[in-house]
Amino acid sequence: MSRVNYDKLIFEVSRPGRTGYKLPPIDVEELDPKDIIPESFLTTEDPDLPEVSEVDVIRHYTNLADKNHGLDTGFYPLGSCTMKYNPKINENMAALPGFANTHPLQHESSVQGNLRLIYELGESLAEIAGMEKITLQPAAGAHGELTGILLVRAYHENRGDDKRDKIIVPDSAHGTNPATASMAGFKIIEVKSNKNGTVDVEALRAAVGDDTAGLMLTNPNTLGIFEKDIQEITDIVHEAGGLCYYDGANANAILGHARPGDMGFDLVHFNIHKTFSTPHGGGGPGSGPVGVKECLLPFLPVPVVEKDGDRYHLNWDVPKSIGKVKDFYGHFGIMVRAYTYILTMGSDGLKRASEVAVLNTNYIKERLKEHYYLPLDTLYKHEVVFSGLANRKLEVTTLDIAKRILDKGFHAPTVYFPLIVDQAIMIEPTETESKETLDQFIQALIEIAEEAEEDISILKEAPLKTLVRRPDETLAAKQTIVKYEKEA
Amino acid sequence: MKVEKGLLYTKDHEWVKVDGNIATLGITAYAAEHLGDIVYIDLPGEGDEFEKGDSVAAIESVKAASDLYTQVGGTVTEVNEDLDDDPAAVNADAYASWIVKLEMNDESELEGLLSDEDYEKLLAEEA
Amino acid sequence: MYPYISLTADAEQEMLKTIGLSSMDELFSDIPADTAFKGDLDLPKAKSELEVAGYLSKLANMNVNTDQAVNFLGGGAYDHYIPAVVGRLTGIQNFYTSYTPYQPEVSQGTLQYIFEYQTMIANLTGMDLANASLYDKGSGVAEAALMCHAVNRKNKVLVSKGVSPHSRRVLETYTHAQKMDIVEIPLKAGLTDLDALKEAMDDNVSSVIIQSPNYLGFLEDVEKATGIAHEVKKTSLIYVANPIALALLKKPGEMDVDVVIGEGQPLGIPLSFGGPYLGFMALKKDYMRKMPGRVVGQTVDLDGKRSWVLTLSAREQHIRREKATSNICSNQGLNTLAAAIYMAVMGKKGLKEVAMQSMQKAHYAAKKLTESGKYKLICDCPFMYEFAITGDFDPVDVQEKLLEKGILGGFGIGSDYPDYPNAMLFAVTEKRTKEEIDALAAALEEV
Repeated sequence: MSRVNYDKLIFEVSRPGRTGYKLPPIDVEELDPKDIIPESFLTTEDPDLPEVSEVDVIRHYTNLADKNHGLDTGFYPLGSCTMKYNPKINENMAALPGFANTHPLQHESSVQGNLRLIYELGESLAEIAGMEKITLQPAAGAHGELTGILLVRAYHENRGDDKRDKIIVPDSAHGTNPATASMAGFKIIEVKSNKNGTVDVEALRAAVGDDTAGLMLTNPNTLGIFEKDIQEITDIVHEAGGLCYYDGANANAILGHARPGDMGFDLVHFNIHKTFSTPHGGGGPGSGPVGVKECLLPFLPVPVVEKDGDRYHLNWDVPKSIGKVKDFYGHFGIMVRAYTYILTMGSDGLKRASEVAVLNTNYIKERLKEHYYLPLDTLYKHEVVFSGLANRKLEVTTLDIAKRILDKGFHAPTVYFPLIVDQAIMIEPTETESKETLDQFIQALIEIAEEAEEDISILKEAPLKTLVRRPDETLAAKQTIVKYEKEA
Repeated sequence: MKVEKGLLYTKDHEWVKVDGNIATLGITAYAAEHLGDIVYIDLPGEGDEFEKGDSVAAIESVKAASDLYTQVGGTVTEVNEDLDDDPAAVNADAYASWIVKLEMNDESELEGLLSDEDYEKLLAEEA
Repeated sequence: MYPYISLTADAEQEMLKTIGLSSMDELFSDIPADTAFKGDLDLPKAKSELEVAGYLSKLANMNVNTDQAVNFLGGGAYDHYIPAVVGRLTGIQNFYTSYTPYQPEVSQGTLQYIFEYQTMIANLTGMDLANASLYDKGSGVAEAALMCHAVNRKNKVLVSKGVSPHSRRVLETYTHAQKMDIVEIPLKAGLTDLDALKEAMDDNVSSVIIQSPNYLGFLEDVEKATGIAHEVKKTSLIYVANPIALALLKKPGEMDVDVVIGEGQPLGIPLSFGGPYLGFMALKKDYMRKMPGRVVGQTVDLDGKRSWVLTLSAREQHIRREKATSNICSNQGLNTLAAAIYMAVMGKKGLKEVAMQSMQKAHYAAKKLTESGKYKLICDCPFMYEFAITGDFDPVDVQEKLLEKGILGGFGIGSDYPDYPNAMLFAVTEKRTKEEIDALAAALEEV
């Protein structure tokens, strides 16, 4: 990260008359817009955008990048985000002109490579998930969830069953789950977790009924613990007439070791930008493919990519389809990266990835449990959740700990999630970190626990070494300055 | 934790003051403290009608959001417009900073609410 | 054995010992035997980079790309020139390998570029504010309709048939679940029938959605449509816009429009067979608290330094959960950055010149293509840089013949617009030359 605090907005670098582009001279008749478009539709002003040179642009954004911690810089143990290494070959493949420079409305004969890639990626993900077919249309995990729950809705509507207006989620669920259910027109029933952090099977049994449309669950759960009663859980929901939806956010824990399709789930989504190594991009773009069992095939979004001999085509004729969730076919550029990864890792590599992810997590758990409060000492999968410091008497918050972690040169883990753990610190190392990196991280966390005993003010003042320190979120929410305005 | 006398309370940390036919609604000091610095309150409009159990306002802080539910059905007669500019007034004094006033349809809907002593007991148990 | 996994055999042993296990298999002892997957996934085994690159290059080479054939396709994705700086800057590792700025102290780069992007979109549209982006135009239209429904609590949406058929389909999919009533307003002579719109207005209308340039390429009277929508209290006007066209058109903010949604792909984002793209959303201040998606706000830190954070989070799914307006969690990240860089480097003059050249070349093309009378424009309406022609031909046949001549275009719209059964769309951007347009005209004559 930078040594210099670059502190300019692009608008402050802008100077009247400066340009950063050059287009070829116009080679056809120059028409005045006023001659062809009604004047009342036109503006008289130039767009209010910056006036900068190419050098300004390069300097500006290069300096901005320097202010970020990236995964290529160092460890990024955000729980639930699966910050695994982003392979560079993925980028090269996505940039191939044969992929990047194809238009979605091209004649099918001219994009057979693309259609084949989408088809083969779908087949691969279906195998990994234990599903019949995959749609790659959703743009992100939450988008996949919405697609999935809309499929559940379509399934019940098609059966003429309009009594089913409830979706069951555990209290440990990520906020997208209830938000999705609500967007899809369902009401939520929240089921409490038991002392082991897993779904309370008796509570679930009491919650299902003939108004149950389905259950949304992630396995392992948001605590990083595998739901051992999963077969019973899915049986209970099926007996009540509901469907079971698998939130694939935690799929990195079980690749090749277990499949949602074998656990009784009827549909799943994957977060490609988590499990399948596509870059997080500062917040996007991601991709959230959805896999379904046979009973849901009739409702898939259109178009469906199909194979006929060695030709691939888009099938728009799906009479009971839920429709579309995006203008075109999905995040194709992200699909290329994911397929590159799956081909590179192979069946053996994916399995190895999960087991190393689980090894790394349990190693961290074992070495930190003396210093950080572990609500449940058990075998974890790919992530572990601590609840603040082991010494409960210290008035140190997880926020303080996170900020001090920044001083130690690491990105902080996920904090304050899941909501059912007080002062939650969620650590997901992934499989791409070496033992040395984990040891350095563990050492830093032990130091922080010791600092908390010696002089709590170090943590309260943290971070001390970053370019900015604890930006005021309350002020931001009150003044709501969400764009730059020149001072008058 | 301050508990104002003479008001009715809910176990969700809301208070109700009854004056003739008007019910004044707010949240307790406990609720305000748990929300943290309140940055915005989504107030209803005068004349809006609600039933018992409806959400009448949404109170947002930086890290949380909470709905204010009415325990009695009625029509909004007044909203505390000071809270548009200074929502944190609720943090400063949760009892002075009322949020909504309703003309009640049926005061008997308030039966079963907690007295100030009951609410104090509830807070002691939660501690 | 696996380049992305650093664990050595020694380290594996040490770590297992620390945990108190003797083999990697024991790490999965929590998976019941009847659930565990036995054996190997039915996928090929791991491959080298050389092999993977070879296979994928083979697939890529099965396609015809826009470097090899001259592209006149539009329909919601446009072939504008992407300056070299965009790819270089989005390829910087601390941009693309970082994540959502949950820890603002180590993400000021991301937060600042999003703030700048928000500013540029707000300025381009003349609206009060913009969010950090949505997935694309189609889902953006749906999110806008749901947002207006959450604000004004009304159930009916009037959407012009001039809005992209893809986006209208997405709107139906999203709103079906909320039992909202979607009514399509027909076109008359290529434009939204504003009399029909007026007829359809009633107190139940939550929002009116109009696109300009519309799917056929024609420019709509958005100001008049907005006036009609606002005749009913608490009705929102959602304007679906093209960001390049906005460089020449009257700003939505000056027309009392409530919400602007658009496809940001023309702003420096590759065509990439339809995605990932960029849905931009700009709106009036009144909608700020119910706006879906992320937004970055300005603040100061402990030392008084200007800095940025994600803000207004109380609207979002991780806090509001089932009461959130939308379940959206992410924004388009790197695509947002690409758009910001494009808008910066093209700037005030550049965006306007792109729009002007595209417009002028499209009008030249329209003239050339219809010169002989074999084809004619489907109607005589003002357009920007996309138009539809019709004639005695089968669009699929034309597309195939043009492809043989190294031309991508046009796109048949008859299935979505039965009034124009043989119509084909052609888009012309600043990338196209007079020679290429003349060649297209000649090729069409030969069909």
